[in-house]
Parts: sequence; C-alpha cells; structure tokens
Amino acid sequence: MRMRIVEISVGGFVLAGVLALLFLAVRVSGIDVQDSATYTLTARFSDVAGLKRRAKVSLAGVTIGRVVDIKVDAAYGEAVVYMELDVDAGELSTDTGAQVLTEGILGARYIGLLQGAEDDVLVDGGEIVDTQGALVLERIIGDLVTRLGS
Amino acid sequence: MLALQIIRLLGRRALERIEGLGRATIMWALALWGLPNRTDISLLFQQIYNLGVLSLVIIILSAFSIGAVLALQFYTQLVRFGAQEAVGVGLAMVLLRELGPVVTALLFAGRAGSAITAEIGLMKSTEQLSSMEMMGVDPLRRIVAPRLWAGIISLPLLTAIFNVVAIYGGAIVSIEWLGVDPGGFWSGMTDFVQLWNDIGKGMVKALVFAIIVTWIAVYQGYDTLPTAEGIGLATTRTVVHSSVMILAMDFVLTLTMYGDFN
Repeated sequence: MRMRIVEISVGGFVLAGVLALLFLAVRVSGIDVQDSATYTLTARFSDVAGLKRRAKVSLAGVTIGRVVDIKVDAAYGEAVVYMELDVDAGELSTDTGAQVLTEGILGARYIGLLQGAEDDVLVDGGEIVDTQGALVLERIIGDLVTRLGS
Repeated sequence: MLALQIIRLLGRRALERIEGLGRATIMWALALWGLPNRTDISLLFQQIYNLGVLSLVIIILSAFSIGAVLALQFYTQLVRFGAQEAVGVGLAMVLLRELGPVVTALLFAGRAGSAITAEIGLMKSTEQLSSMEMMGVDPLRRIVAPRLWAGIISLPLLTAIFNVVAIYGGAIVSIEWLGVDPGGFWSGMTDFVQLWNDIGKGMVKALVFAIIVTWIAVYQGYDTLPTAEGIGLATTRTVVHSSVMILAMDFVLTLTMYGDFN
C-alpha cells in the first residue's frame, strides 16, 4: 500500500515536471510547432549604430522577421545585415527601402522596411539596395554646431 | 621553524582536500555505474519520492513568493518609463536564466541534501553500511546510487515547476493586482524568450546543480566521522559547500553559456 502511494506520487511529480517544461516551451517561449518558412535577405548600411542580432525587422510597424547576423565589410566601410523574413508576410519588391530605426527614445534598434513599387520581388538571398543607416545623435549635434557657427 | 610548520600544515590540509576529492570522485563514479537494475528501480522511486515529491511544497511556496516579489519590483521601476508590460519579459528572463535554477538548487540543498547526508551518516555511524558489506550487499549500489540518480532526475523537474509557479505568481500580481495588460505581458514574454537560449540553458544549469548537490550530500554522509558530532558537522558542510558551489558554478555557467554578448 505504502509503495503504491509512493509510486503514484512519483508518477504525478514526474508528470507535473514534464508538463511544466512543456508549458515553458509553448506558453513562455512561444515556439511554433510548425516551423514557419523564412527566407534571407541582406542589406548594406553605412552605420547600424549598435543594431543587435535578433533585432526585429518590421514592415508598417508589424514584425515580419529578425536580424540573424551582422558582419562588417571593411573594404567598403559598411555593415552587412542578414535578416530572416517570414514567407507568410508576402513579397517585397526589389526597390524596398530599409532603415535602421530606434524604438522610443532609449529603445532598441530595429530595421524598418518600406515597400517599393517595382513589379519584381526580392527572393531568397536577395539584397535590399535602398538603405539608410541609423541617425547618430553626436553627428546630428556636430552638424548643427558647424551650421550654427557658419 | 614556525614558518616551516605553517607550510607543513598547509601542505597537509591540501593533501587531505585532494585525497577527499579523489575518494569522492571514485565513490561517485562507482555509484553512478551501480544503476540501472530492475530490482533497484523501487529504491529509485522511493528516493524520488523523498527528494522530489516531498520538496514540492517548499519549492511551490518559495516560487510563488519570489515571482510575486519580482513582479512588484519590476513594476515599480518600469512604470516610470511607461514600460510596465515589460514586467513579463523581465520576470521570465530572470527566472529562467538565473533565479529558477539557483534558488531551486539552494532550497533543494537545504531540504534534500541535508537529509541525504544525515541519513547516510547515521547509517554509517550505526554501522549499517559495514553490515551491508558483510552481507555482500554493495552499499554504493543500494544506498548511494538511488539517491544520486533521484537527485539528478528530481532537481531539473523541480526547477521547471518552480519557473512555472513563479511566472504565474508574477502574472497574478502584475495582471490582477497592478493592472498590467495581459496581452502585453504574455506576448512580450513569447517574443523574447527563446527555447534553447533561455529555457534549455536554464535546464542545463539545473542538471549541473543537481549533480553538484547530490554528490556533495552523498559524499559528506559517506565520509562522515561516525559520531553524533560528526554527522552534525557533515550536514552543515553539505549545505554550506553546496550553496557556495552552486553560486560559484552559476557564475561560471553564465559566463560560458551567455558570455558571448553580441
């Protein structure tokens, strides 16, 4: 009898632990059971100003992808940003614009996309050509000071 | 002359420590080897019951309080920036990465580790272990192995339960009481928490802490002086050594697993 109680409670305990793990995986980390298809695009920026991996990529304020890698191309002095975009979000035209923006005043950097007008669309491995780097506060203030001085 | 004696004392202490570490490693390896065996499975169940199931109450109560208190503190700071919805993310990150594994392991060391040491220590001082050996029963296999495995199985499960209860504790306080928007609370969490990077690595920590705590507890019991005082000292040592080792290893693990700040 005692052994039965032990076994039942151990079974319940193990079950509770596994359920807790499942809850963490599904509810807290929000894994997609069906891994949604993505494609990769690159974009070159003059300055990404502390954009980080996993930063979001948004179109019209809706997150449609993530930054997966950032490399620097010293030859051109540019940052090359690799981003993964959801296929479900639809297609982007070849003249899509990309900007490094800031969320709020102190917020994190993210990439904002602007849909273009061309009929051709960007495919996996494509590059966004029309880019605009981040606004760096020091540079703006520097410009302002030189202009006020002249 | 005095200097030489101090150096000699230092050397003796160091040799004792190294010898103890060697004994502990041999015992651990032999005991882990001791399972699995059909007839031992009921012993394992009994130990999971003793170490895991009986620790549930303290784990759940502490988890709820910690989750609630974290939510309160995050809220009071974040509300100044109008970012009170970030309570969910902050709570989940802190719990999954650090507090969940560490606090569960500390509680486990106090609740279950000390019990293991006292139990095995008393068995040793009443010469139950040597009688077992005389009967041809290997105490490493019958006494030590089930406790080691039970600890290694129980602590990660307890950590998962701790995390869930703490997140719910925080959710109740911030949503029901402080009026944080539930949508922002939960979706902020799912947006930023990653399965392997946050939950998986937290579980790796729990596994490492489980090995540390059970190992220290079993060794201290097995190696205790067979006196009442010896058992008392060994029990204290279990809790102190495990706590220090948990916190030190936590730093090392955080550094190695999250050290790539990019």
